[in-house]
Amino acid sequence: MTPKKQRRLAFAITLLLAGGGAAALAVYALQDNILFFYSPSDIAAHPEKVPEGRAFRIGGLVEKGSVKRDRGLEVHFVVTDGKNAVPVDYSGVLPDLFREGQGVVAMGTRSNSGVFLAREVLAKHDEKYMPPEVVDALKRSGHWQEGQGGPGSS
Amino acid sequence: MTGELGQLALCLALALSLVQAFSGFTGASRGSVRLMAMGRGAALGSFVFIALAFFTLMYAYVTSDFSVMAVAENSHTAKPLIYKISGVWGNHEGSMILWLLILGIYSAAIAMTQPTDNPANAELGARALGVQALIAVAFLVFVLLTSDPFERFYPPPFEGNGLNPLLQDPGLAFHPPLLYLGYVGLSAAFSFAAAALLDKRNDAAWVRRARPFATAAWTALTLGIAAGSWWAYYTLGWGGFWFWDPVENASLMPWLIATALIHSMMATERTGAFKSWTLLLAIAAFSFSLIGTFLVRSGVLNSVHSFANDPRRGLFILMILFVAITAPLVLFAWRAPKLSPGAPFDLVSRETGIMTNNLLLTASAATILTGTLYPLVLDAAEGIKISVGPPYFTATVVPMLGLLALVMPLGPITLWRRGNWRTTLYALRYAMAAALVAGVALLAIARPAPALGLITVMLGVWLIAGSITDLARRAGSWRRVRLLPSGAWSVALAHAGLGVVALGCVGATMWRSESIRVLAPGQTMNIAGYTLRLDGTEKVQGPNYFADRAAITVMAGGKTVTVVHPEKRSYPVEQTVTTNSSIRTTVVSDLYVVLGDARQNGGWVVSAYVFPAAPFIWLGAVIMALAGFIALGARVASKVRAGRIAAAAVSEPAE
Repeated sequence: MTPKKQRRLAFAITLLLAGGGAAALAVYALQDNILFFYSPSDIAAHPEKVPEGRAFRIGGLVEKGSVKRDRGLEVHFVVTDGKNAVPVDYSGVLPDLFREGQGVVAMGTRSNSGVFLAREVLAKHDEKYMPPEVVDALKRSGHWQEGQGGPGSS
Repeated sequence: MTGELGQLALCLALALSLVQAFSGFTGASRGSVRLMAMGRGAALGSFVFIALAFFTLMYAYVTSDFSVMAVAENSHTAKPLIYKISGVWGNHEGSMILWLLILGIYSAAIAMTQPTDNPANAELGARALGVQALIAVAFLVFVLLTSDPFERFYPPPFEGNGLNPLLQDPGLAFHPPLLYLGYVGLSAAFSFAAAALLDKRNDAAWVRRARPFATAAWTALTLGIAAGSWWAYYTLGWGGFWFWDPVENASLMPWLIATALIHSMMATERTGAFKSWTLLLAIAAFSFSLIGTFLVRSGVLNSVHSFANDPRRGLFILMILFVAITAPLVLFAWRAPKLSPGAPFDLVSRETGIMTNNLLLTASAATILTGTLYPLVLDAAEGIKISVGPPYFTATVVPMLGLLALVMPLGPITLWRRGNWRTTLYALRYAMAAALVAGVALLAIARPAPALGLITVMLGVWLIAGSITDLARRAGSWRRVRLLPSGAWSVALAHAGLGVVALGCVGATMWRSESIRVLAPGQTMNIAGYTLRLDGTEKVQGPNYFADRAAITVMAGGKTVTVVHPEKRSYPVEQTVTTNSSIRTTVVSDLYVVLGDARQNGGWVVSAYVFPAAPFIWLGAVIMALAGFIALGARVASKVRAGRIAAAAVSEPAE
């Protein structure tokens, strides 16, 4: 092999190793770090899908009249998709746009009593906005009203 | 009337862009000086008309002309003037006009700086302007067909809808224009690369022309990303500065590729190495900008950035994206075998350093792309909704960037073509010692001392000390530091700036303190050596909002340090609440206080955070951008000098 070919080969091998390494790292990291989204009806239909302790995201509407604030930091509310509902416990400051009757997405785990322990509550858009997962969940549960506001209306 | 004027201006810009494309390509292939001059003229004309359209739109916003739909939907008479102006690009239609305006600025800059002294250079520039014109045509048609900013609204409403209050912020006034200056600036490098591929000649002349544009784009992108992260830090109310949000990723990917590009261009211009690779990177950098535009503008992602979701728009941008990526790649595949091979270099050389940099940066960009697109692909293919969170990105990108930081100081110290690793490592002995001392000192004083934090601090110090070493070594003595060439300064500042950013990021994430309490007036809470006392809250009224404003006394060591006033604002027009945190900075650390909601017993939720070193994040970014400005300034200065010498040569009698 000429030195030039040698260099090319070395370059190609480095490139392959770097690319392969990055791809392996990416696949490995993806396995552990993806979060699934479930609606309250998904959880009711397949409770076995959401094992305790594994983090996932839940979404729906904040049920009207369900928000209870303690004297401390704890907040309790119910997420519903019209058919099924899941109680949620959260400790901390709720986002500015969190309101009853509005779409919400929460990230956390489910306790053995069926309460969703939220680590993070997202409701970061304007009042016309509805998270796409929530729109989808409401459509599937048959409680979606056209013109209710969703992607496209804001 | 103004609306129609704007529309007319856009149509004229489209016509002139077609002229620019035709005369650029035909002029170059026929070698016609006249046609090529016409192409340059058309580029300037098209820029003037786009600017006219832009200022017409701005006029409609400033005068609250609600007969224009975009204005009615996004503005309001009670909004402060600065937000009426920044509201122009705070929505889809207006932001596309800004995009076009900046494309026009770069085309005009190419036309005006185009040397016509030799035919090869003139033809390269003419073809580059032709490619720029094709991009402009695609986006002008896109705007005119799917996102007309001047669309009328009849009958005009009495009052406008207002602008999302989160966007009513000085940060927003600068973030999008800077980001677009970066995104679109990469089109210039792309156009020169495409022109070089079309050219029968095969040299690295295009790199000389494209490099200042790539540097300008990189500088603007650096500042734009920093401005966006700063805005998120102080407006979103919990001190996060980077979320690995798909839209942030969309701006980080072009930045990573642009960083690889400016390094690879340096090697190609200096020694002739990586000729084909640099071409490919220039194409990739702008492709990533377009992917970013597609992700943000098509509405496949939902975030505060995607103003509206219209599938027609997404499809249109997807088509532009497809053509813009495949056409040059096909051209590349056809031309690459005919390109002369890049200049050789030894295993230990600055080129190897740049190659390592390029591999790590492109691998990081590819990893981010995977994580960003994976949820979209899975949703489209199987209807499974997932999200890929920050842990994925920290597990993949952070180690790659760490490795990059490890080798970064070696590059500038090693010689081009043939280096010596003993000399390089010996030159860096003090930098290594500094990093070790920093690590040991931190281990002794910091509680807790997580391994990742220690490593990152050591890498940050290593980068800064490495840059100082490089400057000191080049200058030889302190008195001569002033005389160093600007190139040495920009390399050192860019690398040291990244070190400062690393220190800021690690301080603000690994050593942050956080405390949330419900406080009644008079009650106190403690955080990281500070004592905060809620004195009370009052109702205040702003120009277009009402607010609860708290007065919180900050005490340290028994003495009052300051009184902070975090607010919770309520915007009646937009029916939105925003949190206005209060940040007290000492440069080496930020105290961040947020007013939460009211509780029944008259108490308020107050959250307080201390972010050590947080200001370094943006300070470092500014240092990096300064490096870009110095590099650009040097280019301009050398151009001016060359111009003077040429002028002097002409004025002297030729005898």
